[in-house]
Amino acid sequence: MSGQKIFSFPGGIKLAHRKEASSEKAIEPLPMPDRLILPLRHSAGSAPMPIVKTGEKVKKGQCLASAESWISASLHAPTSGTVRDIGDYPIAHPSGLAALCIVIEADGEDAWVERRPFLEDSARLGPEATQRYLQGMGVVGMGGAVLPSHVKLSKAPGISLETLIVNGAECEPFITCDDRLMRERSDEIASGIIFLVELLGAREAIIAIEDNKPEAAAAMRAALSARLETTANDIRVTIIPAVYPAGSLKQLIYMLTGKRAPAGVLPAQLGVQCFNTATIHAIWRALAHGEPVISRIITVTGNVNRPGNLEAPLGTPILDILRYAEVRPETDGCLVGGPMMGFLLPNYDAPIGKGANCLIARSPEFFPARAPESPCMRCTSCAQVCPQGLLPYEMYRWSRVKDFAKVINYNINECIECGCCSYVCASSIPLVQYFRFAKDEIRTAARKKEAADKARERFEFRQFRIEREKEERSLKLARAAQKSAAEQAEIAAAVERVGSSGATTREHGEKA
Amino acid sequence: MEILAAISVMAFGALILGAAIGYAAVRFKVDGDPITDKINAILPQTQCGQCGYPGCKPYAEAIARGDAEINLCPPGGEDAIRNLSELLGREYKPAGESVRTETQPGIALIDEAACIGCTLCIQACPVDAILGAAKQMHTVIIPFCTGCELCLPPCPVDCIEIKPAPESPENWAWPHPAENRPFAAPTLERF
Repeated sequence: MSGQKIFSFPGGIKLAHRKEASSEKAIEPLPMPDRLILPLRHSAGSAPMPIVKTGEKVKKGQCLASAESWISASLHAPTSGTVRDIGDYPIAHPSGLAALCIVIEADGEDAWVERRPFLEDSARLGPEATQRYLQGMGVVGMGGAVLPSHVKLSKAPGISLETLIVNGAECEPFITCDDRLMRERSDEIASGIIFLVELLGAREAIIAIEDNKPEAAAAMRAALSARLETTANDIRVTIIPAVYPAGSLKQLIYMLTGKRAPAGVLPAQLGVQCFNTATIHAIWRALAHGEPVISRIITVTGNVNRPGNLEAPLGTPILDILRYAEVRPETDGCLVGGPMMGFLLPNYDAPIGKGANCLIARSPEFFPARAPESPCMRCTSCAQVCPQGLLPYEMYRWSRVKDFAKVINYNINECIECGCCSYVCASSIPLVQYFRFAKDEIRTAARKKEAADKARERFEFRQFRIEREKEERSLKLARAAQKSAAEQAEIAAAVERVGSSGATTREHGEKA
Repeated sequence: MEILAAISVMAFGALILGAAIGYAAVRFKVDGDPITDKINAILPQTQCGQCGYPGCKPYAEAIARGDAEINLCPPGGEDAIRNLSELLGREYKPAGESVRTETQPGIALIDEAACIGCTLCIQACPVDAILGAAKQMHTVIIPFCTGCELCLPPCPVDCIEIKPAPESPENWAWPHPAENRPFAAPTLERF
């Protein structure tokens, strides 16, 4: 099981783990809140279409919105109750803006719909039916990227899957939800891994766990060794060094396989596929128990009296979770996600979604005030820690003055926003903020260009249509004129004829 | 005699080169005016006519001929002027009064209850973004609307208004850190 070669990626930093506050706290179900707010856009890709009406009674696990396009997943009711509203509510997003949500008032019964496991059907109907089933069960990547999981089960044409990577790295400080999940539900994760290996026809599977989580690694090893006779594939747990960001997709793939994905190349094209442990758990729950994704494990930590790992229904307002964890009064904000890549929550009423793995109550004790930003002195320490091998100081220089053509030349789109550069910056420059700004500006400009091109096409077609109509009209007029001229000529001829014959009759009459 | 040989060699060379140039002129003929297309690509294609020309292409042609200034496009804003001055090597001119500085265009919205179905706005829309028929309610196809405001004047009942495009989490963009929150980074703290 050991002997795995670990490639070390360039850059990265060793961080204080700060996981001890919640890592020994068992997963605890959160009491069902009275009201759940479920944003329709809960995954990457397009939002599903609501199939319930306001006032309708729904059961726990009933489908509320159904996926209509391929990169989309369905949404389900986390408990039984009544649909109170379908409207705009603030969501957990750095903008603090509102988005379309389905609001459910819980009836307290928590009554399930009929659940139908899919395992036997999956074996009978094949991978494509399984993909569609998982889409209908709302399974998305629960590590934070929320990409619908069924999309990743498609095989790249002509490439066989070499390695299935199970991401249990959990490299950001404070977060312990995957750690607890692996310790407490290793059986289900192991079953899910074996299922996926068979479904994808993977040659091997590697469960990557950072060296600061030995209990989780032991639990996963025990669960796998209890099952390993059932499969001939090489499935193993590998301990990786705890260097941030080891849990990032590209870095993890490089560490375990030595393969580097160039820009725009998907892992599947390298013969690698990567799933988060929580995602595999969700896949297994859906297949073996017929349960859609309606809750997730979330770590609550930071400035709270009762830090821990909660199994929270989706749509629970973040304030409810913070109150349950007894947030201390001097808290001055809440981070959603980890301290490196998370964002400061603008509105506490916002609900948690499928990708929310951690809430950190912020206070000066945990997050001392940052030194004021000072000018960049081009010390290049940011370039030394960048795991993507970029030059953050150059990207910063041009982002700041909004010269986006130059920023693109420094490959800003390869930036994974891990925050290593901001962390080490001696001038306390919030580098990642600049990169997010620049990326969004570049994206907006591209979108505007596309809209302008479409408008030009429509304008030119309209001009062409008006021209064509004008031509057709003049052609018709000319034809009508021709026709009426011909008719006139005919009439004239007839009149002529009648006139002349009349004259002859008259002549005859006169003669008679 | 030698002189004749020299002249005939030169004449022969000229004939061959002339034929080659003539052939190239036909074979590699450039259709249209490439500079006009480049200018047109910079313009925002709202087709609003606020520059005084009947659409973006005619304005682009006028700029290419040298008849028009480069700062007449209100929807293009500062960015368009800057890009045009860079492309054409003309001096940057500050925007005229009409050029707006904010770049987010609006979107036309028809008050559908007040619409009498006269089709006048449909005829005015340069990008066919209004849908409707005579004596039937009209509506704007939002993804196609460029916010050019050309539908406003013909409406006999003034039931169209230009509203800013709604901001949603999908089209929201991160602000410039130094311009908005000088010297503070709220999300990435040292610990």
